[in-house]
Amino acid sequence: MARIIVVTSGKGGVGKTTTSAAIAMGLAKKGHKTAVIDFDVGLRNLDLIMGCERRVVYDFINVVNGEATLHQALIKDKNCSQLYILPASQTRDKDALSKEGVEKVLEELSKTFKYIVCDSPAGIEKGAHLAMYFADDAFVVTNPEVSSVRDSDRMLGLMSSKSRRAEQNQEPIKEYLLLSRYSPDRVKLGEMLSVEDVQEILSLPLLGVIPESKSVLNASNAGIPIILDEKSDAGQAYADIVARYLGEDKPHRFIEDKKGFFGKLFGGK
Amino acid sequence: MSTDDQTTAYNAPVLEFKSGSFSVPALILSGNDLQLIEQQLQDKIRLAPEFFKNSPVIIDLKELTRQSLNIDIALITEIARKLGLLPIGIRGGTLQQNKEALDLRIPVYSNNSRTTATGTQIATQTTPDVSQKKDAVPTAMVITQPIRSGQRLYAHGDLVILAQVSAGAEILAEGNIHVYGALRGRALAGVQGNTDARIFCTHLQAELISIAGNYKISEDLAKTIYNKPVHIYLKDYTLVIKEL
Repeated sequence: MARIIVVTSGKGGVGKTTTSAAIAMGLAKKGHKTAVIDFDVGLRNLDLIMGCERRVVYDFINVVNGEATLHQALIKDKNCSQLYILPASQTRDKDALSKEGVEKVLEELSKTFKYIVCDSPAGIEKGAHLAMYFADDAFVVTNPEVSSVRDSDRMLGLMSSKSRRAEQNQEPIKEYLLLSRYSPDRVKLGEMLSVEDVQEILSLPLLGVIPESKSVLNASNAGIPIILDEKSDAGQAYADIVARYLGEDKPHRFIEDKKGFFGKLFGGK
Repeated sequence: MSTDDQTTAYNAPVLEFKSGSFSVPALILSGNDLQLIEQQLQDKIRLAPEFFKNSPVIIDLKELTRQSLNIDIALITEIARKLGLLPIGIRGGTLQQNKEALDLRIPVYSNNSRTTATGTQIATQTTPDVSQKKDAVPTAMVITQPIRSGQRLYAHGDLVILAQVSAGAEILAEGNIHVYGALRGRALAGVQGNTDARIFCTHLQAELISIAGNYKISEDLAKTIYNKPVHIYLKDYTLVIKEL
């Protein structure tokens, strides 16, 4: 049985697709057969971030509608043979998805894959609901900013009441916090919420902090998941996150300023 | 065997008094011309014959008494019966009319319609009331998961939350509310009007607190009690927030 991971946030632009691409790649690189599905029907982006947009023939909706087989629609990643991408349709909208259709696709993927990463669209409507409905684990991507935190909280509420696990009274979805676009400098200046602030509001276990980084934008534009950029701090942060998710004990990094030596020396936090 | 059955049957209660409230139409008379009354009543009944057929009715004499007009109870009930109504009482009549009615075995109701019944109600209801109350006390609802933004929770009795209540969440209880964690959302206790309901929380950061409809929003809360463990109750329709 595959483990289904939803990458969600409620709010848009916080880094869901970047995170989906990175952790799917990370899991695959660790040797686990992984599929990543773009649930953002109508605004498909995952294939761009994964650098496979020119190889899209069939999409998720075609499979849901039975117009193509899963095998035809899955795109094998060129960097890692263990990773497959199921792109969204750009010409349809979220109503083209159905609970039964999604369930069928996930069931079929579960037979051969170890992890299925569902890249949720923003919002709390149908696309986002279906992305999280069948999930076992949830990666809640949050920016250190009040509206993002509030939307994540809303999403967490929906997951604890409107998911399959909740409806069937099973063990609830395991939720993890991923704090992205974090900048210790700005936290120090009081312009950003700190890790502690966000954790206090959401009371979630922290899976990792991804620092604000220029390399993320470059990687996105180049169509290479950021985790493959091992020199970048964001890439390292995602590698840590994948390792922690798989049970490795990695100390948290990127929470404090790199130049924080003097700060620490003089008692600043 | 048969005797045993008989004794049980003898001891088992075969009747019980219960109070019930029924809505019965009142026929309000403002004139004492019996012919005119019969005529007009007939016209009214013709509009909805099925509705009035065998309908119980209370004859209201208040207006006549006020105008010092007399009417014969026997005759007016006779007219009502003739037209298919079943007079089951009078009210607002004079002492003489009340006596006439009772002589005809027609009950007399007082003007505010309830007082006659209350005497018996109290007497017969004492025992069942107690047992009913025992059953009716709802147990507290205990929640261990955080209440997230956008979630809404309603408890018929007390509500105990052993986690945080996020901003944008709403918790409602007919009884008391206890929150052992940060209370950032809205908390409404005594929503069915119980003014004795209270709110207890360990970290008050609420957007709104309310007891029996008397509320305070976050802006009205003093800074000194922010994030403090508090106890909130109602005194003279004003919310009192006391630090614990």
